[in-house]
Formats: sequence, C-alpha cells, structure tokens
Amino acid sequence: MDINATIIGQAITFAIFIWFTLKFVWPPITAALEERAQKIADGLAAAERGKSDLAQAERKSADALVEARQKGAEIIALSEKRRVEIIEEAKAEALAAAERIKQAAQAEVEQETFRARESLRAKVAELAVAGAERILRREINAEAHAELLTAISAEL
Amino acid sequence: MSESAAPSASEYIHHHLTNYTVGHGFWSWHVDTLATSAALGMLMFGIMWLVGRKATSGVPGKLQAAVEIVLEMVQEQVHDTFHGESKLIGPLALTIFVWVFAINAMDLLPVDFAPMVAGWFGVEHWKVVPTTDPNHTFAMSLTVFFLCIFGNFAAKGPMGYLKEALTVPFGPALAPANLIFRIVEDLAKPISLSLRLFGNMFAGEMVFILIGLLPVWVQWLLGTPWAIFHILVITLQAFIFMILTVIYMSMAYESH
Repeated sequence: MDINATIIGQAITFAIFIWFTLKFVWPPITAALEERAQKIADGLAAAERGKSDLAQAERKSADALVEARQKGAEIIALSEKRRVEIIEEAKAEALAAAERIKQAAQAEVEQETFRARESLRAKVAELAVAGAERILRREINAEAHAELLTAISAEL
Repeated sequence: MSESAAPSASEYIHHHLTNYTVGHGFWSWHVDTLATSAALGMLMFGIMWLVGRKATSGVPGKLQAAVEIVLEMVQEQVHDTFHGESKLIGPLALTIFVWVFAINAMDLLPVDFAPMVAGWFGVEHWKVVPTTDPNHTFAMSLTVFFLCIFGNFAAKGPMGYLKEALTVPFGPALAPANLIFRIVEDLAKPISLSLRLFGNMFAGEMVFILIGLLPVWVQWLLGTPWAIFHILVITLQAFIFMILTVIYMSMAYESH
C-alpha cells in the first residue's frame, strides 16, 4: 500500500467524470426518459378516452336504432290506420253514390209513371170526349134519335 | 508465465503487482492507474455522452436502451434511498457505478496481456486494474467523503451540522462522546468504502495471477470458473460502492 500523488490525480479524474456526467450525460438521457414516460402516459390516456368514446358511440347508435325501430313501427301503424280509413271512406262514398243513383232512378221512375198516367188520363179523357162526341153526333141523327126517342116514348 | 528467462513464482507475482511508477517519494505517479482509469472513463462516459446527444424519447436504439437500463437502475436506487433535494447524487452514483464497473472489468483480461502489450512499448510494469491500487479507491472514497461533508453543510448549515455532531446519538449531556463517535463514524466510512473495493479486487486479481502460475494446459480449469464468478464480483463491487455512496449522501442530507 503505497499512497502517493496518484491519489490526487485520481481524485481530479473522478471529479472531472462526475462533473461530465452531471453536465452532459445525466440531463439528456433523463429528459428523454421522462419525455417517453409522458408520451406513454398520454398514449394510455388517449386510448382510455378512445375506449370511452367508442362505448358512448355504441350506446348512441343503439339508442338511435331503438328510436328508428320505434318510429318505423309508428309509421307502419299510422299507414295501417290510414289504409283502413281510406277503405272506409271509399266504401262510404260508394254507398252514398249508390244511394244517390238509386234515388235518382226511383225519382225518374216515379216521374215516368206519373207522366204515363197523365198521358193515359189525357187519352182516356180524349177517348171519353170522342165517345161522347160520337154519341152526341149520333144523337143528332134523327133516325137514331127517333128510334131512341121512340124507344123512350114507347117506354113511356 | 512470462516467456523470457522463466522468473520464479515470487518474481512473477511481484512483477504483476508493481505499478508503472514515475517520480519519487510522495510525488510519484502510478501512470498505469492514471492512464487506464482515465481511458476507461473517457470511453464509457464518451459513449454515454454520444447516446445522450442522440437520445430520443421515441423507440430507443439498442445502445440507448442499454444506457437507459443502467441509468434507470441507478435512478431507482437513488430514488429509493435518497429523499433529499440534490441534483448531484444521481450523476454521482451513475459515475461511480459505470466507472468502477469498467475498471473492475479489466480484471477479466488475461493477467499477462497488459504487461505484454506494455512490454512492446518498453514499459516494464502495467497493473491494468486501477481498483487494485489503493490510490484509486481512496481517491474515490475521499471524494465521496468530502461531498458528504459538503452535503451536510448544504442541507443543515454549519450550526445544524455542529449541533448534530454534538447531540446525536446520546443527547447534549454527552456531547464529547457524541463528537468522538461522529468522527470515528465519518472516518470509518471512506476507509471501509475504499478498502472493501480494493480488497475484493486485489484478492481477485491475486487469484488470477496464481492461476497464471499453473501450467498452461490446466489454467482454464480454474481460470474459467473464477472468471465467471468474477463477473458477479465486478458488478457487485461496483454496485456496493455506488449504493453505499448514495446511503452516505442521504445520511448527510437528512438529519439523523
């Protein structure tokens, strides 16, 4: 064990290396490490956020699906109702039209009957008048008249 | 074994345990310790510097990932142990772990390799593991010691530091005893820190040298398991030095 000036030289060398590490080695590498840790933390946070976003979107889409299904069902029910309504309306209209036509026909028939009756009556009257005329004309004929008169007088 | 002139076993061991020394008395320098540790430090921290310059917060490359693994390990240890406010402690712990690990790893080089290469350049000795040189381990532990004292002043202020030294653990009535305890405790820290690392690495290197004395055809039988075991020791000693430093620093920054 001979201690000599080497110890001074080694202490200086050691001090220089400590200073060098402190100044040029430690800071950049620890900075890189911290930055990487931060990056990883950020990445993990982003992944977590993405996951929750996805879950939310899934929930939203499920809700939208349910809503759409509901709306679809509503529309179908509404159109069903509308269909029945339209059919009913058409039926009622058809019935009304039939009724109207029937009435019109009936009225016409009645009118026709009436007119026929009127004309018949007129013709009967005419015939009666004609018959009366003819009877009267024959009345005027003395012979016939005389005969009648004779008959009447004979009777008398 | 060295190929030239077949030295005796003790000569061989002595040769391997001698530093390449320049100068005399206290003002002599272990050139191998200084150069090897500086070169390894420049290599490791240079690589980490380049990685840091190109560091991306996106997908890291393999090299960046490796550096990040080490840095995060250190950061975690510091975070678990140290609860004060200090920008120094993390880089300090990283420096210690990486540097000591790289230096200890030199233990895995074949024991004759470094002296052989040095021999090509006309250098007689080259002890390639600076942590087997107490100058290196004491330099590190004393630096940590002074940083602890600095931390005490920074966190508690001079009066707070003095008060703690005088009153913990027995209360103000036994102030002298407290002070003696504190001095012993604080001195024991750097000594144990450096001697633990030095002892472990020196002993490990010694075993490699002894294995190097064996005939070539049998060296692998002992050398391989010892080297594999040593991978653990290298890492563990670097980790222990780092974690104890963090603990001492946290003791400095927190009141007892």
